[in-house]
Amino acid sequence: MNDLNPAGWRPAMSADQDESAAVKTFTGNRALHLEEPLLFEIGAADRCGVDFDETPDLPDTLGAFGRKAPLDLPGLSEPEAVRHYTRLSRQNYAIDLGLFPLGSCTMKHNPRLDEKVARMPGFADVHPLQPQQTVQGALKVINELAHWLIALTGMHGVAMTPKAGAHGELCGLLCIRAALEARGDAREVILVPESAHGTNPATAAFAGYRVENIPATEDGRVDVAALTARLGPDVAGVMITNPNTCGLFERDLKTIADAVHAVGGYVYCDGANFNAIVGRVRPGDLGVDAMHINLHKTFSTPHGGGGPGSGPVVLSEALAPYGPLPFTARQADGSVRLVEEEDAPGIHPEGFGRMCAFHGQMGMFTRALAYILSHGADGLRQVSGDAVLNANYVLRRLEDVLDAPFGASGPCMHEALFSDDGFAEGFSTLDLAKGLIDEGFHPMTVYFPLVVHGSMLVEPTETESKAGLDQFIGAMRSLADRAREGDPLLKTAPHLAPRRRLDETLAARKPKLVWKD
Amino acid sequence: MRYLPLSEGDRSAMLSVIGAGSIDDLFVDVPAEARQAGPIPGLPLHAGEMAVERHMARLSAESLTAGEAPFFLGAGAYRHHVPASVDHLIQRGEFLTAYTPYQPEIAQGTLQVLFEFQTQVARLFGTDIANASLYDGSTACWEAITMAGRITRRKKAVLSGGLHPHYVETARTMARFTGDALVTSAPVLTDAADDDAVIAAIDADTASVVVQYPDVLGRIPDLARIASAAQAQGALLVAVVTEPVALGLLKSPGALGADIVVGEGQSLGVGLQFGGPYLGLFGCREKFVRQMPGRLCGETVDAEGRRGFVLTLSTREQHIRREKATSNICTNSGLCALAFSIHLSLLGGTGLERMARLSHARARATADRLAQVPGVEIVNTAFFNEFAVTLPRDARQVVRDLADRKVLGGVSLGRLYPGDAALANGLLVAASECTTAEDIEALGTALEEVLA
Amino acid sequence: MPRYFTQDHEWIDVDGSDATVGITDYAQSQLGDITFVELPAAGSAVAKGDSASVVDSVKAASDVYAPVSGTVSEVNAALEDEPELVNSSAESDGWLWRMTLSDAAELEGLMDEAGYKTYVEGL
Repeated sequence: MNDLNPAGWRPAMSADQDESAAVKTFTGNRALHLEEPLLFEIGAADRCGVDFDETPDLPDTLGAFGRKAPLDLPGLSEPEAVRHYTRLSRQNYAIDLGLFPLGSCTMKHNPRLDEKVARMPGFADVHPLQPQQTVQGALKVINELAHWLIALTGMHGVAMTPKAGAHGELCGLLCIRAALEARGDAREVILVPESAHGTNPATAAFAGYRVENIPATEDGRVDVAALTARLGPDVAGVMITNPNTCGLFERDLKTIADAVHAVGGYVYCDGANFNAIVGRVRPGDLGVDAMHINLHKTFSTPHGGGGPGSGPVVLSEALAPYGPLPFTARQADGSVRLVEEEDAPGIHPEGFGRMCAFHGQMGMFTRALAYILSHGADGLRQVSGDAVLNANYVLRRLEDVLDAPFGASGPCMHEALFSDDGFAEGFSTLDLAKGLIDEGFHPMTVYFPLVVHGSMLVEPTETESKAGLDQFIGAMRSLADRAREGDPLLKTAPHLAPRRRLDETLAARKPKLVWKD
Repeated sequence: MRYLPLSEGDRSAMLSVIGAGSIDDLFVDVPAEARQAGPIPGLPLHAGEMAVERHMARLSAESLTAGEAPFFLGAGAYRHHVPASVDHLIQRGEFLTAYTPYQPEIAQGTLQVLFEFQTQVARLFGTDIANASLYDGSTACWEAITMAGRITRRKKAVLSGGLHPHYVETARTMARFTGDALVTSAPVLTDAADDDAVIAAIDADTASVVVQYPDVLGRIPDLARIASAAQAQGALLVAVVTEPVALGLLKSPGALGADIVVGEGQSLGVGLQFGGPYLGLFGCREKFVRQMPGRLCGETVDAEGRRGFVLTLSTREQHIRREKATSNICTNSGLCALAFSIHLSLLGGTGLERMARLSHARARATADRLAQVPGVEIVNTAFFNEFAVTLPRDARQVVRDLADRKVLGGVSLGRLYPGDAALANGLLVAASECTTAEDIEALGTALEEVLA
Repeated sequence: MPRYFTQDHEWIDVDGSDATVGITDYAQSQLGDITFVELPAAGSAVAKGDSASVVDSVKAASDVYAPVSGTVSEVNAALEDEPELVNSSAESDGWLWRMTLSDAAELEGLMDEAGYKTYVEGL
């Protein structure tokens, strides 16, 4: 034999679990689990990751307004910045990593084609106030998306400018208020189901209305009798979510709408749950007058860690004249005009005004349009079908171990609702949710809607595979068992995430919102 | 369909478990009249990536982009160079496809970014604290007006004539419904901002005085003087910054006495994007923290004593306070805040100053060249990177004529204030570190041709 | 000094035409860690049933209703830095405000200690 293993390497694997826990590292890192300090702890005001041309010396014209010293803001070179933000990103859960079953948030896959399209320079590198003849491509995108939204909802017009769902709710209510004022019939009350999301009454209050709650029936839907009994000449309208926040279709929406219209009021529909019915039910057919659509939910524009969103509002024929400025209008010659304040007196005299600067969330319009064109009418119908199928599958495979308050009343829509009934004494929905983190999932929506104790609202969406759902269901069954048995480790979960439970009381009592030296 | 993982086999298996015959059976609660029998008629069917991309690329090609032409537009949205790494970092899936950080244990990435962002904004603005962002500058301005109203328990806001007209219109629309009284005026084409008029309008009923800095015509108001006058009457000064790069060269509004500072963060990291999504910045004095709208991120510790971050003071927000919330806003402009924060981290204080100095120098060079064009008068004596000029004829038509020559020459005051004859010949011209000597010469030459 | 209780879990100590108001220990235990207390302005008038104060915990904000009508004379300044006093000492050091009564007859219909205890057991 010649040289026997000159490098001296031999495979050696001995797994001793207890050893790992005892290992301390100098950095505090644990291999790929990397801690990352604050920008203010690693950067310096004189470090810079951008190269600039030399600036000529100019006589000072800013005088007393000029700053005497540069701002105390830390800078980083490019390698440091890339590392800082890459490390931070790895402390986040995301749709790209796994199931994100947040009820009413519709955390579906974000197609990367949409990102590519949004960055095309004809949409991304144009200024909103360029002469309209130079931005026809961008205006056509807005107009084309507007037409799709109107067709999908069976409505008459659409306000594209609201910046997010809550902004869209405000838009819808201001249209209602403008319509009522225009006929000299200002009213005071908006009716809101008690299961509604908090934005609904908040928005109604901002629009100047007093809110009255409508109770739900045993089967989780709006109490139609109570609602119609309350209708009268002081009711401006109702705000209904359909499907509702319990994940159920409001079967009587048309009846409600007819009754509200009969007393001269309007129906606002919160479209947060549109994913359940997109492509197969049109809210316009149910008597809705205004509905906001969360493009970041049903139409998959990315959630981005909390925004930006986009909340266009489809409007009925009755409300369309009151919509805000600006909006797009296709001309006879095929061009698209942006209708702003100067055109309004002629063609849109009753609009309630402008809600924000410029023309809306263009970056979200391109993404949503690409999404819609990719799916088409048949694909969108499949989206709602699979979304509802997935939610019902989760419901039926968990209802023997988790209480489903409305499970017996028929199928759910795109989300399944469970309660904490049956958990061991002292064990809560929060504990189960935190346990789900250790299993590698983001928790479902918890403690909403308020009408069910310890509610857990699970929305898988249509972009989950069956295998993915089965794994989630397995984890949930395990957690349900642990919650019913009272496993103490659940109360201190999560154990394996980058951070354990955080002291939110301290953060609220002694708010520290900025870094101080 | 490439985004839908379920196979027909999966669907059958799942329907068996559920005990339903078909997916349509799951929609039994939808009244028959409202159920569509098949795909909604009159709409195209699904399309592959290539077809969609082709369709969108054709539309994109119909625009004249800022990168293809000498470009001088501002008026509330500015073109700056965004370093290449920013767009790569914001597209990391853990940032792009993450949700609002309601489960902080698995969202420390987003939360730490927000804490850093809040600190950056507070330092930029010279305020004690800042929030995690709002939709945009115009809605942030309105939120500041209502917040000042809550704090002072008064209902009148004095808006400077130098406030961007879209911001004024937004406030006017909202005030129509809230009953707030707004004192507004049109700008006057002189080199002085309207400080005197603003101060004269403040009285004991005034909740807030709202002043843009630099103003819509690029002039620089004396915020310290206005702050004294406001505070003497118990009113709050709200400063509005539509171009944060200006703060690389100008003193911070907070340092000059502003109580609330709002702005548009689009200049850093976000890009023009035809008007949205943009980034509302909001800072104020610490004592007003519980009256602030929008998300707030705070520092705390976890169960093992390690530093961590959480969303905090949530009881101000609509999902808890419902009708009594400080705002109905449910979101922040998260991804845009990330882009802003990354860009500003790459710059640091020194880099921001260099960027500001360069933008200012290019604007000065542009003004010098335009001053040579017969019939053109520069209105401002002092400006940061944007100034107003008067032309010998209607500026709106001049802008269109320039566009026909593939020069994007600025924003006419007629576009911003249609029908105001006194402003019809006015043009706003902005420059930045992106503006080249060739661009400036092209504008000068084209303007000379158009006006000849 | 007699102490009365409301069905909304406020207590009120009455001394002639002066009174001190707070929330009960049962209420604080239901609310969890209290993070902030919004108090009425001294000198302001309150009517019976008005929301005079708001008690914040991390995820909730609860209105505290005036048990009787009158004028606020003093608020508990210690709560600004130590809202947790309402948790540790709801029925003494964690008092919220003092007021002068405008209509002592409104005290009728409020529960006494025994009555409140029975009421809470029935919840």
